[in-house]
Amino acid sequence: MAAKTLTIDGRLVGAHENQTVLEAASEAGIKIPTLCHLDGIADAGACRLCLVEVAGSPRLHPACVLKVAEGMEIKTQSERLRKYRRLLLELLFAERNHVCAVCVANGHCELQDLAMDLGMDHVRYQYRFQPFAVDVTHRLFGLDHNRCVLCTRCVRVCSEVEGAHTWDMEGRGAKARVITDLKQPWGEADSCTSCGKCVHGCPTGALFFQGSTVGEMERDRTRLEFIVTAREKKQWIA
Amino acid sequence: MDRLKIATLWLGGCSGCHMSFLDLDEWLIDLAGKVELVYSPIMDIKVYPEQVDVALVEGAVANEENLELIHRVRRRTRILVAFGDCAVTGNVTALRNSVSNVEGVLHRAYLEAADLQAQVPSEPGIVPALLERVVPVHEAVPVDYFLPGCPPPAARIRSLLEQVLAGTPPALAGQDLKFG
Repeated sequence: MAAKTLTIDGRLVGAHENQTVLEAASEAGIKIPTLCHLDGIADAGACRLCLVEVAGSPRLHPACVLKVAEGMEIKTQSERLRKYRRLLLELLFAERNHVCAVCVANGHCELQDLAMDLGMDHVRYQYRFQPFAVDVTHRLFGLDHNRCVLCTRCVRVCSEVEGAHTWDMEGRGAKARVITDLKQPWGEADSCTSCGKCVHGCPTGALFFQGSTVGEMERDRTRLEFIVTAREKKQWIA
Repeated sequence: MDRLKIATLWLGGCSGCHMSFLDLDEWLIDLAGKVELVYSPIMDIKVYPEQVDVALVEGAVANEENLELIHRVRRRTRILVAFGDCAVTGNVTALRNSVSNVEGVLHRAYLEAADLQAQVPSEPGIVPALLERVVPVHEAVPVDYFLPGCPPPAARIRSLLEQVLAGTPPALAGQDLKFG
């Protein structure tokens, strides 16, 4: 496998040719904000928070789906990037009901953490207050569309790690929603194996264990890492 | 020495931010030496005074009285701080926005959920009418600084006040910007 050398924030970084800029940066200890990315599953470029500047290109590129190239010059921090990341984050908050105070994931939420990391002290856009349903038909889990950021981690983790593909998307834009099977209530979705990997993968309080209340929804990502490690490295490390 | 004139307000919120303010405990005694409290729900004053230096505004703008008051506060205040998540985002107070319009919300709260004497309260001139949409403070008037948290912990309130008292624009970061 050929190695590539690129520059990230002025530092020379080596990477395998198949790696993404996000992976190369991560290995070099350079932190790029992410939301839809989850180690072990394919990247979708859904949230755009990992946008970076590439020398010679006028547009911004999502680092999670940008392959490294020889001599590439990447900037992960700039005024322009800060502006766009903050804007994207504020639009995510404005789109649905992300009221941290009464959320199961309060204190364990990647959207909430991003607001702190990116210095978001308020949202400049009007909140949309779209009414969305909550699906608690599954005996173990619940789905609150109000908290969903459409990252599609549940779709990918269910398809790629569990192999069930219970989750998918319907609709477009702000009306897009995650669905189970052919838009059946989750409790009636026959393909669901009730493994809970989607719940462990969810970055916000959109997917939760039945019975969890404010701040109680903690996830166990090691359950996903365990399978990914076993698959990629043939090591069954509990 | 002129002491800074401080006000605290309670709009559409649960008063939890004021409870957290009182959690400042003995630091309140230090604060009392540096500022003059001129308007607050914890003191007996009816009219918002002129020339206030700093106002901490708790709660979202939810009814006509809130709206009228916040405009007066903005006119008469140098530094206006959105104090807590309801003021900053609308938070729990604004949850009704996605439920229904004013009529539907009142129907749900005072008729459907009533055990006894179901009736929608109506006392024109006494009970202020609800706004069609609950808004965070910065959607009603310009806000100078934002202090998130539900409620903001006492240490966070102190951090902001100390910076404001020192005359520097408060720079909250990291955990001090945690919503919820």
